[in-house]
Amino acid sequence: MMRLPAFTYLAPPTVAEAARAVVEHGGEAMLVAGGTDLYPNMKRRQFEPKVLIGLGAIRELRGVSGRAREGLRIGPTTTLTAVARHPEIARHYGALATAAGLVSSPQLRNMGTIGGNVCVDTRCNYYNQAYEWRKAIGFCMKKDGDICLVAPSSSRCWAVSSSDTAPVLWSLGARVRLVGATGERTMPVEALYRDDGIEYLAKRPDEVLADILLPPADGWTSAYLKLRRRGSFDFPVLGVAVALRIEGAVVRDAKIVLGAVASLPRSAPAAASALVGERLTPEVITRVADLAAGPAKPLDNTDYAHFYRKKMTRVFVARALRRLGGLDGEGRAEEEVA
Amino acid sequence: MKTRLSLTVNGETHEVLVPVHKTLLEVLREDLGLTGTKHGCELGECGTCTVLVEGEPVLSCLALPVEMEGRAITTVEGMAEGSTLHPLQQAFAELGAAQCGYCTPGILLTAQRLLEDNPVPTRTEIKEALAGNLCRCTGYTKILDAVELAALRMGRQPAAGR
Amino acid sequence: MGTTPDPSRSMLSEGAKPPSMEKHEFSVIGRPLPKIDAWAKVTGETKYADDLFLPRMAYGKILRSPHPHALIRRIDTTRARALPGVYAVITGWDLPRVKFGILPVSQDEEALCTEKVRMVGDAVAAVAAADEETAARACELIDVEYEPLASLMSIEESLGHPEVRIHEYGDGPNVHKNVSLQFGDVEAAFARADLVREDVFFFEGNTHLPMEQHAAVAAWGPDGKLTLWSSTQTPHYVHRLLAKILDVPAAHIRVIATAVGGAFGGKLDPFAHEIAACKLSQLTGRPVKIACTREEVFYIHRGRHPVLMWIKTGFTQDGGITGCHLKTWLDGGAYGSYGVASVFYTGVINPVTYKIPVYKFEGARIFTNKPPCGPKRGHGTPQPRFALECQIDKAAEQLGLDPAEMRKRILHEPFTKTANHLTVTTIGLGECIDKVVEASGWRRKWKGWCRPPALPAQPVLGEASEGAVTSAPSDKKRGIGIACSAYLTGAGTAIYWNSMPHSGVLLRADRGGGIAVLCGATDIGQGSDSILAYLPAEILGIDPKDIRVHAADTDLTPVDLGSYSSRVTLMCGTAAIQAAERLKGAIAEATGRKLGVAPQRLAFRDRKVGVPDDWDKAIPFAQAVELAESMHGVLAFAGSYAPPKRAGKYKGGGVGPSPCYSYSACVVDLTVDEESGEVELHDVWIAHDIGRALNPLLVEGQVEGSVYMGIGEALMEAQIFRKGLHKNPSMLEYKSPTTLETPEIHTILVETDDPEGPFGAKEAGQGPLLPVIPAIANAVYDAVGVRIDEIPIVPEKILKGLELRRQGKPPRVGPERIPLFTFKEPIVVESAFGQPAEAMAARPFADAPSSGDSR
Ligand SMILES: Cc1cc2nc3c(=O)[nH]c(=O)nc-3n(C[C@H](O)[C@H](O)[C@H](O)COP(=O)(O)OP(=O)(O)OC[C@H]3O[C@@H](n4cnc5c(N)ncnc54)[C@H](O)[C@@H]3O)c2cc1C
Ligand code: SF4
Ligand code: FES
Ligand code: FES
Repeated sequence: MMRLPAFTYLAPPTVAEAARAVVEHGGEAMLVAGGTDLYPNMKRRQFEPKVLIGLGAIRELRGVSGRAREGLRIGPTTTLTAVARHPEIARHYGALATAAGLVSSPQLRNMGTIGGNVCVDTRCNYYNQAYEWRKAIGFCMKKDGDICLVAPSSSRCWAVSSSDTAPVLWSLGARVRLVGATGERTMPVEALYRDDGIEYLAKRPDEVLADILLPPADGWTSAYLKLRRRGSFDFPVLGVAVALRIEGAVVRDAKIVLGAVASLPRSAPAAASALVGERLTPEVITRVADLAAGPAKPLDNTDYAHFYRKKMTRVFVARALRRLGGLDGEGRAEEEVA
Repeated sequence: MKTRLSLTVNGETHEVLVPVHKTLLEVLREDLGLTGTKHGCELGECGTCTVLVEGEPVLSCLALPVEMEGRAITTVEGMAEGSTLHPLQQAFAELGAAQCGYCTPGILLTAQRLLEDNPVPTRTEIKEALAGNLCRCTGYTKILDAVELAALRMGRQPAAGR
Repeated sequence: MGTTPDPSRSMLSEGAKPPSMEKHEFSVIGRPLPKIDAWAKVTGETKYADDLFLPRMAYGKILRSPHPHALIRRIDTTRARALPGVYAVITGWDLPRVKFGILPVSQDEEALCTEKVRMVGDAVAAVAAADEETAARACELIDVEYEPLASLMSIEESLGHPEVRIHEYGDGPNVHKNVSLQFGDVEAAFARADLVREDVFFFEGNTHLPMEQHAAVAAWGPDGKLTLWSSTQTPHYVHRLLAKILDVPAAHIRVIATAVGGAFGGKLDPFAHEIAACKLSQLTGRPVKIACTREEVFYIHRGRHPVLMWIKTGFTQDGGITGCHLKTWLDGGAYGSYGVASVFYTGVINPVTYKIPVYKFEGARIFTNKPPCGPKRGHGTPQPRFALECQIDKAAEQLGLDPAEMRKRILHEPFTKTANHLTVTTIGLGECIDKVVEASGWRRKWKGWCRPPALPAQPVLGEASEGAVTSAPSDKKRGIGIACSAYLTGAGTAIYWNSMPHSGVLLRADRGGGIAVLCGATDIGQGSDSILAYLPAEILGIDPKDIRVHAADTDLTPVDLGSYSSRVTLMCGTAAIQAAERLKGAIAEATGRKLGVAPQRLAFRDRKVGVPDDWDKAIPFAQAVELAESMHGVLAFAGSYAPPKRAGKYKGGGVGPSPCYSYSACVVDLTVDEESGEVELHDVWIAHDIGRALNPLLVEGQVEGSVYMGIGEALMEAQIFRKGLHKNPSMLEYKSPTTLETPEIHTILVETDDPEGPFGAKEAGQGPLLPVIPAIANAVYDAVGVRIDEIPIVPEKILKGLELRRQGKPPRVGPERIPLFTFKEPIVVESAFGQPAEAMAARPFADAPSSGDSR
């Protein structure tokens, strides 16, 4: 049986106390919400915190409030199931409900939180392995070693940002509030991410993600598509988040953010701006899909061949646009045969 | 570091003294003798270890007992009402939905919650609800059939409506 | 996809009922009864090996090799022993220095390697400690000095580097086994053909992935007696081998198979954790449990061999086969295991499905530094089945024939022999094909061999342009495919030579009318315990509830060789029938005397024994048992089974014979997305010739499970290695289909009432997997005109095929070359094709047919 290493567990009642507790224990402590990312990683000795600071008891971190008209506030310990089922989110921030509902399995979504999903560790199939396996192949720099096994000449780690909700939140213009031991700050969610497989979050260890803030939904529609081998369990090996503001069939504003193609979610601004002022015709979609695939630079460290993931970026962006433009004839193939 | 905890499992309260880092799966099996909860990976990747916490299916291999105090935990041993099996258990037995039986406890509990939320699920809805439970024996066919049969029977007897 | 229960999903063939069915009304046989262990399984009561907790039990852990190939220079366990909570640490030097293996011809394993490791995951040392964590920590404190050797990770590498030797034995450098058999003149057969095809296929290896990880508990008492509880499919072989490995008399060893949480062939060898648990128990004086992690299960697996295949077949204009020549190269991994049998199985079952008058087979198993392969559901046969069924499809296209129709034209006659001297009894394949063709709407859905119009040339839109991204709905292409197969119902020979029974059953009648059935058979979920209750219940006219089955305990139960080769229902079932008939005879004699009638006139039903036309006088079964015990003394009767001796009279003729063969036909309906290469399965129709469905629920369950496993293998499951290591040893990254990838499976059972089977039954647990994989491959071709000659059929390969098509190249993805390799001079034997089966071959231990024929 895979077992957790030993630790002490604290359950502070407030965010401030949680942040202080991290500082008190120096580098020994880690925050934990649902534990669905951290515990498997600890069992594989990817993390070995001596102290865990559980966020579950902190009431201020829980629940969804506000209305789509003025913007929503999602407490980071809200479970993915709750996010996926929240009627206001499902109606006005559709891609977020979709993404939350596509994370792993139903059971995991009952435990995993959206805050944990935003902060989820980057992944690499040389790294998400048990300690003995990593030792056998030679430890890499993300844990216990000093080289990269995917790109041996590289001085950095290319582990893949594998959150389903992060690209969506970015495309929706979400902001996050961080509360640390010495103060708090609010910033766009994209500012949370760094292009580094190891230091993938631009946040101090003591900073607790305290709020996820969605802007007013006015006029935006959104879609999220996820590439993975199975319809359940699997992490995204490509995520495509598209948010559009369409007025009278013309795209007025657009955001396209790709997940799982780099160590952080990657936005595709050139593709997005090519949409502005256009109608979602097949020609426009093809052109935008080509542009969007540009920033996708997957490496060979997840499921599926990396060239395939790259290729699918175009396909999935096009599909997402077709869906938002009402051009996807889902079901027609069946009709042809029936 | 050991900690004293009070856990409510299948309606019974147990005082246990366990290391904090023991998962709910380990405590159920090793400290409470409830070996009906199985495991296939201990990493959240198979669904075999599913139990209900406050009626919701969760993975006991990734749950910490310290976070479970005061919450109602249900394992497969708690599904029957006295000597009366839950209609799902009955249907699984009758239709051969348990082959090796190893995935069965987790699937029964997940299905129990499904039928509480959605007493007349479509086959597609059952597939979606059980998408987090791997079974290597059955091809899921008889499992889906059994959930449908149980739903049908429970629908006929709303009094039993658990 | 259907949302309401579909009555057609399970239906018994409506075809002409076999005569015995008209003659007899069964009370148990053929009824969809719950399994006898169903209640324990749905309540969580069933105890699997890891559910056992014994007083004072210690926990063990195995230290495994981090190198694919290395010499062990030194092992120092000092630091581990010093760790508080550690009870014992052992290495291979603490065990008798014998090598072992499941097959007598491949004795090449050590429980704990002493001098050399041959794969990552090879066991090197073992620890027993107060708890699992301490045991794991102690393993980290064992210092092993290795001298790494060059590692060989593929067939090509192993053949290309004869200077590196994984083992010193075998049929050549890194060649474990080299076989060649020829039945008739294939070259002449090809000369006669109108069409000769040569094709190359590859089938990537995969694994069983039982949901239960292997576990064992050993208790070696102060009396010197050892008990091992293990998650094994074959307590008998483990028992035999433990005696050798531990150098203790077998008489002092007891092996009990606990409930097995899935096996599929993965729990058929003696494993390091079992052996180490025994030794550690002896040393510590405590029971010791070792439970494998999921990752360890990937290392010890003995799963599906990767097989490279070259197949040349001659066809006549009307679809007949003139002859077939098959070459297979198996990537065996680091040890022998069942490998010699596996090589043979890639060749010898092929001629059973269709008429192949002349046949040549050459096969070689190559050692590599990977976990050893062995028997997985279908043992060695799914790979060539995939090759031949795809080749037949290609030939059908060239000949312009409907592939379903073509297959129907090449069916064997029942009760004849194959080219390689296998005796085929009943054959329901024709009916199976008819049923799946009808149920699937094949005639309506299969649109002939006209290829879908070629894809439009791609607009050039910058570098990234490679696929058609805008032509949405028409990118999804529907396809349908068919394939067939045959499989054995139990191997005709044991894995060690002997003339004893393969299966034995002991029945003991209780004065209360209850029956205890004792049998060595292991229920791995397939329901063998239930079969052991149903058959005696049918014969004795009692309820299966009146029977308790005690199985798989080498102290208490007569031998059964194990749950492999689909042998259990037929073999232990026939033994159970014999035992039940003997008991019935004894009861009938006593009851006959009491009622003053001839015993032959008595019927047993509804828990009563009496004369049918004077049923009022029938006496309760329990009372009849008392009468019989008064007359005969204690009522305990044994039954034995050994298969008819039908091995071909040539070297190698021992692999392949079986009392009878099951047949299956499968149609798959799917959609291929041309943009993404993704395959979505809609429906699978499978018709299976089961001989007789002793319990249709259990048969359907086996068929559905086989289809499921075939789907996983066809589309996603693969054991892949990188830098000497298993790339994906986890439930998450080794992809096993969930409910969402599993289509609706429509099972149709065809009954042929085979004279060799108990009440006419044949196997169901493996055969139905075989046609699924090629049916999927053929359906993919039907959908998008691309031949993927390499399993698994993943989206990348489909896109590559479409790309080739677009470029006007042959739209085929698969292996291009075969190794330069010299097979042995073939053993040349006359083809026995079409010869009539001998009159029912005499079966050892069979009773002379009496008037009390159970059927
Ligand atoms: C089998 C499996 C499949 C998975 N599949 C997917 C998938 O498909 N898509 C996907 O996106 N994820 C997937 N995950 C990862 C993970 O389960 C989810 O991302 C989940 O949402 C994480 O939430 P959590 O609350 O459990 O995180 P935790 O494990 O509790 O935390 C994860 C990280 O975030 C930090 N953290 C958590 N909350 C906060 C906070 N409020 N402030 C600051 N830091 C915080 C923790 O310190 C930790 O480093 C999968 C995991 C498993 C085991
Ligand atoms: S990308 Fe390189 S450094 Fe990062 S986890 Fe993978 S192998 Fe390690
Ligand atoms: S044991 Fe596999 S998910 Fe918990
Ligand atoms: S019944 Fe065996 S795994 Fe589901």
